Amino acid sequence: MTLLEVEDLHTHFISRDIDNRVRIAKALNGVSFSLQAGRILGIVGETGAGKSLTAQSVVGLLRPPARIVAGSVRFEGRELTTMPPEDLNRIRGAEIAMVVQNPRTSLDPLTRVGDQLVRLHQIHSGGSLEMSRKRALEMMEAVGIPAPESRAKSWPHELSGGMAQRVLLAMALMNGPKLLIADEPTTGLDVTVQAQILDLLRDLVARFNMATMIITHDLGVVAHFCDDIAVMFGGSIVESGPVADVFAAPVHPYTRNLIGATPEQFQKGRARTLGGQPPDLYNLPPGCALQSRCEFATELCRTPVPNKEIAPTHFALCHFAGTLDEMKPKEARA
Amino acid sequence: MTNPVLKVRGLCKHFPVGGKQFVNAVNHVDLNISPGETLGMVGESGSGKSTIGRVILRLSEPTEGSIEFNGQDITHLPKSKVRPLRRDMQMVFQDPWSALNPRMRIRDLIAEPIKLHMPLSRSERHDRTEDLARRVNLSTSFLNRTPANLSGGQLQRVCIARAIATDPKLIVLDEPTSSLDMSVRAGILELLAEIREETKAAMLFISHDLGTVRMISDRIAVLYLGEVVEQGQAEALFETPAHPYTQALLSAHLPADPRIKVTRHVLGGEVPSPIALPPGCKFHTRCPVAIDRCSSVVPGTLTVPTGQEARCLRIPDGGNIIQRKEIA
Repeated sequence: MTLLEVEDLHTHFISRDIDNRVRIAKALNGVSFSLQAGRILGIVGETGAGKSLTAQSVVGLLRPPARIVAGSVRFEGRELTTMPPEDLNRIRGAEIAMVVQNPRTSLDPLTRVGDQLVRLHQIHSGGSLEMSRKRALEMMEAVGIPAPESRAKSWPHELSGGMAQRVLLAMALMNGPKLLIADEPTTGLDVTVQAQILDLLRDLVARFNMATMIITHDLGVVAHFCDDIAVMFGGSIVESGPVADVFAAPVHPYTRNLIGATPEQFQKGRARTLGGQPPDLYNLPPGCALQSRCEFATELCRTPVPNKEIAPTHFALCHFAGTLDEMKPKEARA
Repeated sequence: MTNPVLKVRGLCKHFPVGGKQFVNAVNHVDLNISPGETLGMVGESGSGKSTIGRVILRLSEPTEGSIEFNGQDITHLPKSKVRPLRRDMQMVFQDPWSALNPRMRIRDLIAEPIKLHMPLSRSERHDRTEDLARRVNLSTSFLNRTPANLSGGQLQRVCIARAIATDPKLIVLDEPTSSLDMSVRAGILELLAEIREETKAAMLFISHDLGTVRMISDRIAVLYLGEVVEQGQAEALFETPAHPYTQALLSAHLPADPRIKVTRHVLGGEVPSPIALPPGCKFHTRCPVAIDRCSSVVPGTLTVPTGQEARCLRIPDGGNIIQRKEIA
């Protein structure tokens, strides 16, 4: 069942420069994807590709000068982009939950962690305080916090990074969300702790049948914890599909380079390094954003790019998707 | 066997934190690096990786132990005597944005170490600067710009150019790629591998990214709470890790390829505080194969059949191997 449907989303940063001329940074340029209950989508891309901005656009957390200029976000059929803030507030934190990258700065430093969980539940459920407390302890236990009763009395600064991330996960789960958005949930954590949190996240997704979106720059996380992958570049999803298909046979030049740049591929001697600057969002070229960095680029790339269907669930935003091997046969894939 | 470029014995570094307490960042570390060799150093945050890198170059003062560089004991050498040695030992830092003076031009930044350490005329220096820029694949058109106009990858190339400017014998690289995007990272690693071939400089490569370390290192040292728990040839250490911590650390690594089956053991808990170190083996609080003796006896260094040196009490009885679970 499709829970979230994002269609042709455009988010721009609109500001004025020192001469009072309007400047527009086109940060998202037609992002479309959908999320199903019980499935995990991994969004990858380099800094400035628009990963976090996509999440913020979806949940309506954009701040000026950023704003959605076109497109739609439908959550269970309800349009979120035009929803009044009061209605959106009822959904956020309840049906849609978010876990962000830096757990320490996301907790209120002046409130005990248990009270923060209770507060969140009270706002949305309106039940008795007793019930909220019970729920808080249950959720803390569900995310693997030992001795929840005593931990609930801790202050945020007393928690380690991994523990704080667990508290944030518990917080996200408090109101039984249908959609969970995790923005770099393990980036600041050590690898052994990262493994704990990712295992936990996946168990929770299966247990509560949530639709989940993980934003990351670690292809390893996507390869082993996600069902689907969406690769972003220059504010667009350039390739999307099931993880196994995209990793086995990436068709977009950017995805190929990205996967080729991982240490695993690098060792196999298939390295293709892609250099170059991220595209200037104030001054995007017509057509494909990658054209200045792409080794296959031709005149055709300056024209609007089709989102080609490679397989029923595998899409790539490239004129030459699926035909790259013929263009440079010496780079035939294994 | 050739003499090592760097020989470290019993190195300790303790930082006072008040109240007669100390952060025991580095505890009795022994290391050797031979000429032309790359030693990879891995560990989680707080394991003392960066501190070791700094102490070795005398950027921090060691608390105990000895550091021998090129056969010369530099542990207690006065600052003025260390300075000329810096020509032969260089460092590349994690964050290139804060490692370069923002008000200097790239040209002057690269020329700075040459000016300090090499008796070259102005025009020779100028030529060498341009050669170095080209060597690190940096267009010479960048030379008259300031750091603010370059991207992170380009800045890291400038840092590498500075580090190799004086043909050093040892380069310490402290997480040189972790602040960069993955697409840029590959280019930097490629460059480092080339430079190692050409200059035959020894490298100490500090990183928490296991994939990267495996790619670039000849030998690897694994750190836990400021102690080297295992050390050995890269291939052997990755294929048959002996210490339980190494096994858990390696198994937590996720290769970026869904076809590679991952079997792993997920450690419980988190790294204990380096202020109050656990007695006995420092890993026993999280170790899945710990026995009673581990909490009281400090393990010595043992050589395992595959060649690594590891510090674990369970090696003699074969109980050091953790059973792994496959993830779905």
